[in-house]
Amino acid sequence: MSESSPKSILEYGLSSGNVGLVQLLGLCPLLAVSSNAVNALGLGLATALALTITNTLVATIRKITRHDVRIPVFVIVIATVVTAIELAMRAWLPELHAAIGLFVPLIVSNCALMGRAEAYASRNSPARAALDGFAIGLGFLWVLLAIGMIRELLGTGYLFAGAGQLLHLPWLEITVAAGYPGFLLATLPIGAFLVLAGLIALRQWHQLRRNTRQGSNDA
Amino acid sequence: MNAFRGQAIRAASLLGLIALFAITVLAGVHALTRADIAAAENLAQRRALAIVLPMDRYDNDALTDIVSVRAESWLGSATPMTVRRARKHGKNAALVLDVIAPDGYAGPIHLLVGVDAGGRITGVRVTAHRETPGLGDTIDASKSDWIKRFTGRFLGNPPAERWAVKRDGGDFDQFAEATITPRAVVAAVSRCLQFVARHGREIYAAPVGTTLRFDDAPEKAPVQ
Repeated sequence: MSESSPKSILEYGLSSGNVGLVQLLGLCPLLAVSSNAVNALGLGLATALALTITNTLVATIRKITRHDVRIPVFVIVIATVVTAIELAMRAWLPELHAAIGLFVPLIVSNCALMGRAEAYASRNSPARAALDGFAIGLGFLWVLLAIGMIRELLGTGYLFAGAGQLLHLPWLEITVAAGYPGFLLATLPIGAFLVLAGLIALRQWHQLRRNTRQGSNDA
Repeated sequence: MNAFRGQAIRAASLLGLIALFAITVLAGVHALTRADIAAAENLAQRRALAIVLPMDRYDNDALTDIVSVRAESWLGSATPMTVRRARKHGKNAALVLDVIAPDGYAGPIHLLVGVDAGGRITGVRVTAHRETPGLGDTIDASKSDWIKRFTGRFLGNPPAERWAVKRDGGDFDQFAEATITPRAVVAAVSRCLQFVARHGREIYAAPVGTTLRFDDAPEKAPVQ
């Protein structure tokens, strides 16, 4: 994996090594913040940004980072970056911070950040590490956003409700089914588990089918 | 032994260096965002206040003209609650109180209640709750207009025995499948009105920042 091409880095982050669907890391924010699309988008972007920056920094200082104290060094770097992102969000997106603020500091404990710092960024060039962080972050973002959109659509019939107020992107707000009575289960915590399970099952099924087709082609 | 000490010192200096770098970065970001964060928080508080008390009703800085009030049997919390005092042209205009309805379906419901000097409600909003989505959360202004029906009411409108949900013989709608939540809110708002009627004058008069304590309690509600 150390000599991976940009294309395979992206493929790994978005699909074959996806943190949410394959590695099953960072499930706490994935399940807790995915009750609607706007919150999911906000936390997904914050996480992707944090991953990209921490990976880049860890790769930049990898030559002076001694092996025996690398974990505390990573912790300091990750905590610093996440705190800076949280301060910026409080200053410039206060409404979004009010909605998902509880989970922003918790990005520090998202295993995906520490995992990528240790497994990839500490052994690769800053450019590669930045791309890896971006790919992994984007992989987390799309799964989080997919769950958020499915739950919001099933639960309320809207998509990206509150985007204008929370993200200053009012054109994102869509009313898909006006007058839809709502499906409570989807917005309750159990909905998060069910939708995630559905996505994982879908991916496994797809993977299995592709493998058997490849197998029969080889034969 | 010396080699080990050298290693430890080098590791410690590395950590120190990284920590120094982290502190520098965070101090910079803090300096950059401090003013905007303070402005955003102040705006959020003013907006929250405007929902229960229109801005044209007062001309003082009601966000800082505050006292703390410990009145567990009135305001639903043993800890001191903030009361903001709005005044216009130097005259008492309204009180905006933090109130807790302790008996919600899923724990305490936090309310912000505005009561003008004539004892009329200027607005009520739920500021925090954990009621069931789709059922009890109808008290949330983003979900329905239910909470807005308190505006303009006072003790006597409706009369005391009708300050209750309809199921209990009162004037306020409950919602389908949820009685406990609206019952708790109606009772808390009613207690708050009685509290202002009895102790409002002392609260308006107290110096800024003091903590008042009231150990008396409202009379038992006639309908239960």
